[in-house]
This record gives sequence, structure tokens and C-alpha cells, in this order.
Amino acid sequence: MAMFDYWNPHIERMPAEDLCKLQEERLKSMVHYVYDHSPFYKERFKEAGVVPEDIKELSDLTKLPFTYKVDLRNTYPTGMFSLPRNRIVRYHVSSGTTGKPTVVGYTKDDIEMWSDSLARALTSIGLGRGDVIQVGYGYGLFTGGLGLHYGAEKIGATVLPTGTGNTERQIMLMQDLGSTAIACTPSYFLHIAEVAEKMGVSIRDDTSLRVGVFGAEPWSDETRRRIEEATGIKAYDIFGTSEMSGPLFTECQCQNGIHVWSDMFLIEVIDPKTGEQLPDGETGELVITTLNKWAIPLIRYRIGDLTVINSEPCECGRTHPRLMRILGRTDDMIVIRGINVFPSQVESVLMTIPEVGDHYQIIVDRKGPLDIMKVMVEVTETGFSDKIADLMSLSKMISKELKGVLNVVAGVELVEPGTIPRSEGKAVRVIDKRKV
Amino acid sequence: MVAIKQISLFVENKPGRMAKVSKTLSDAGVNIRALTVAEAGDFGVIRMVVDDPEKGYKVLHDNGFTVSETEVLAVEMKDIPGGLYEIVNTLGESDVNVDYAYAFVTTKAERAMLIIRVDNLEKARKVLTGAGIKLATKDEIQKI
Repeated sequence: MAMFDYWNPHIERMPAEDLCKLQEERLKSMVHYVYDHSPFYKERFKEAGVVPEDIKELSDLTKLPFTYKVDLRNTYPTGMFSLPRNRIVRYHVSSGTTGKPTVVGYTKDDIEMWSDSLARALTSIGLGRGDVIQVGYGYGLFTGGLGLHYGAEKIGATVLPTGTGNTERQIMLMQDLGSTAIACTPSYFLHIAEVAEKMGVSIRDDTSLRVGVFGAEPWSDETRRRIEEATGIKAYDIFGTSEMSGPLFTECQCQNGIHVWSDMFLIEVIDPKTGEQLPDGETGELVITTLNKWAIPLIRYRIGDLTVINSEPCECGRTHPRLMRILGRTDDMIVIRGINVFPSQVESVLMTIPEVGDHYQIIVDRKGPLDIMKVMVEVTETGFSDKIADLMSLSKMISKELKGVLNVVAGVELVEPGTIPRSEGKAVRVIDKRKV
Repeated sequence: MVAIKQISLFVENKPGRMAKVSKTLSDAGVNIRALTVAEAGDFGVIRMVVDDPEKGYKVLHDNGFTVSETEVLAVEMKDIPGGLYEIVNTLGESDVNVDYAYAFVTTKAERAMLIIRVDNLEKARKVLTGAGIKLATKDEIQKI
């Protein structure tokens, strides 16, 4: 019989209608709070012709205006904050690959809420006292390292704060200090597994590792299968963005959707074009409203990730809604000859082909007026035939599979193992050489 | 068994790739007897016969190359006009297909060596030896 552990059983298994009531109360006070504390929101509400008193029940949410990442950039550094700087106990800053970085801040209570969310999540994947959690996310301005660190300490686990890089030492410490779980990007874990093999270390037989908490980049179920089969660990998806706090939510042991805690966040999925709310089961853009966050609360913030919500209670007994699939950010999407392509779709095709290695890169370029897409994949030894014809038909087969899923013609370039750059943080999946 | 082990490598068609392969073998003291490169656009396949195939395979594999071992036949070929004909005609008449072939001449012997990959190894061995054609063994390749 399956046994499920909970960090906060009362909240995690609260009946849906009670959760809705709780959300309604918190939404109402949150709307008042931002209106009174943040000049930015006061202005935004005025423009939309709405006052806090208009929000009487959950369905009034749609009266509120959206907020966007660009708002955070335009109000750099702290123009969207609801509290003065002397109330902030910590900042994190996103890398800002396009334009200015975005700054987020936390009160003591905000840090507490964040750790609490992760404490529930880590407990839901069977971690707790006695576990050694190797945190292989970057520490510093990035939220990944410190976020996981606080969550792991909260549940009484032992933290091994390796951060990113120095892969051989990561593997040595994993063995010597008995890491039972690792948190990092899935692409970095694949790299760790590759280096371990070269060092003659089998993750399955020579380490105590049994759980991986992987996120900060979209990844597919096919990659999950590869990781689990190759290393014998259970691989769980983790989700969260710096605007929301950092990494916050994971799947539970059922591996069937990411549980989003309703007492902390109110989520909607909308049609990105019309802004209309979509029902459960339909793919759309994720929009979040914070219910329990004070330094920089967000109202109807458009995260940009495309996902599907499932509000059915999970087998594990948790009643909070689940994100069923993170397809990627609208920012990650590439448009090839007018057709939308997500790197995660390419990945899901490649990872079913055994002749292809775990790493890949998509190159987009323009030839005259035409977009061209090329996928670089590494040929594994398992799939290597010394006949040229076999290799040619391999690349043709991959191309055909990609066409079937993406509806776009993609060239395939077979490259030697180890030649696609490995990443210690977020993997660079797409190189777009087109000049706009 | 008279089949010998050939090493095949997947390489990208880029400057310096062959150099990296040969440096790896040279550092390990592995001597190349014969080599051929088949190219197909962006990539190619290097096939070679070396004096110590086990060691050659291991060092290449450990250095991260995509490498495989293939069983081929090393056929002694008279170094005169018609030498090749005698061999491939014997195979052709017995319906054995040659997937690919390459040849080399040794310093000592007055004979050349033809490396062939065929679709039916056992049958090829039978018909060639039946026709009085000599196949070189692994030891003989090593000693050249």
C-alpha cells in the first residue's frame, strides 16, 4: 500500500471548497494591500477603472488588470515593491538576457512562505530527516540554490551546498557524504552522469542517490525516462520563477503534475491572444496572483509559461491544482516559417531515439527569405554502424520524426559525442542566427 | 576464426579531427596498418586495421570517440594485374556481396593485403580458401 507523507496535512488535503474560501479572503485583502502600499498598482487599477471594493469573490479576479515582466523592468529596480527597502531581508536578481535585469525582494515572512512551499514539495517526494540533499543549483543572485537550501533545511534534511560546477568534486562528495537527492538542472545532471561514467563511478551502484529534483529549464517525460533508466533514481520536476519567489512546487511521488499551493498562489490559464480565462485541460499561458507574499506581491502576473491545469484531487490525497505539463515559456518558442516550435517538442522526439545522445542543440538561420532549422545530435556508440548508409538513414529518420511532430522541415547534423556544449546551469538549446 | 577486428570511428568532417584520432593512437603506441575514410557531407567514418585492435578500441573509446569494432577479412592478394579480380570474382560467383574494401601493401611481402567487409563472412571464408586464396590471421596482421 502506498504511504504518502505530508508536511502540512491539514492544508495540503483541505477540501477544495474550503481552499476556495481561503483564497477569496486572501485575494480580497491582497488587493487592498497592494492598492494601499504600491503606487504602481494604484495607478494600474485606476487605469483599469477598478477599486479594491470591486473584488468581492474569486470570479471578480478577471476585473483586475494583468501585470507583465516588462512592468518589472520598467520599474527597475524596486518600483513595483509594496514595502520600503528597509523591510527587505534579501534580494535576488534575474540574469536579464533581454534588456534590464529584474529585481525581486523578500521580507522575513516571504522567505518563510517560500521555504514552507518547498518543505511541502520535498516531503511530497519522500524526502526528510536523514536525507542528504545536494544542491547543485547556482547560489547567489539566482534563486535556485538558496531556495532549495532553505527548503531542505526546513524539513531537517542535510544540505550539501555544492552549487554548480566542479563536476568531479560533485561526484566525489556525492559518494563520500552519501547524497540521497540532488537538485539541479536536468541537463547538468545528464552531464554529471556522463562524467561519473568516465570516472568509473556508477550512480546506480556506487552512490546512495535515489531522487533528483530537476528544473529551471523545460524538460520532457522522455528525458525523465532516460535519466531514470540510466541511473536508477526517481526524477521529479520542480517549478517556480524568481517573480513568484524562486523554485516553489514539485510533482509528488505520483509524478502526475506539479502541485501548486492554493493558499499561497491563485493560478489561471488564459488564451495569450485574447486574455480570456481557459477551462481546466486547455493549454494556455499561466497567470499567477500571490496571496501570501508581501515585499513584491503580484496581481495577475503573466508568467509566460504555457501549461494545462488539472484541479482534480491527486491520488496522493492533495487537493491543490496541478500544472500538468510545462511546455516552455512563450519566450523559448521559436517561429520557423510561421510555425511555432518549442525546444521541448524537439527534445521529446529525440529522446525516444536510442542512437541519439542526451544533449542536443537547435540552430536557426535564414537563407534568403526562408527560415532554416537544423538540429545537432550526438551519435551514441550503441547506435553507431560503420556503414555510411546506416548513418544517412539515421539522420533521415530523425528528420522525418521531427517533421511529424513539429510540422517543420528540420535538417539533422550528426556530431561526435561531447561536442555539444555542456551546461552547468540552464542549457542553451537554441542558437538563433537570424537577424531581425 | 580468421576474421580480424577492424576499428570504425564516427568523425565530423572538420579540420583537426583526423589529427586527434591519430594522436590518440600514437600516444598509446598503437600502429595503423591500413586506413580508409568514407565521407558523407558533414561527417565521415574512419575505418582502420591496427596492430593491437583491443588497445586501439579502448583508448579511442576512453577518449570519447564513437567507435565500434567490425569483423572483416584480410585477404592476401597477389601484387600483379588481376590480383584483385581473382578475389572479388570468387566472391561474386558465390553470391557474396562486398560492402566495402580497401587495400595496402606491406614492406616485407611481395603480396598486397585486401581488407573486405562482406555480407556473409563464413561463406566468404569458405569460398576464398577453397579457391586457394590465403586469409591473414590476427597474429599475422600484428606481426607485419
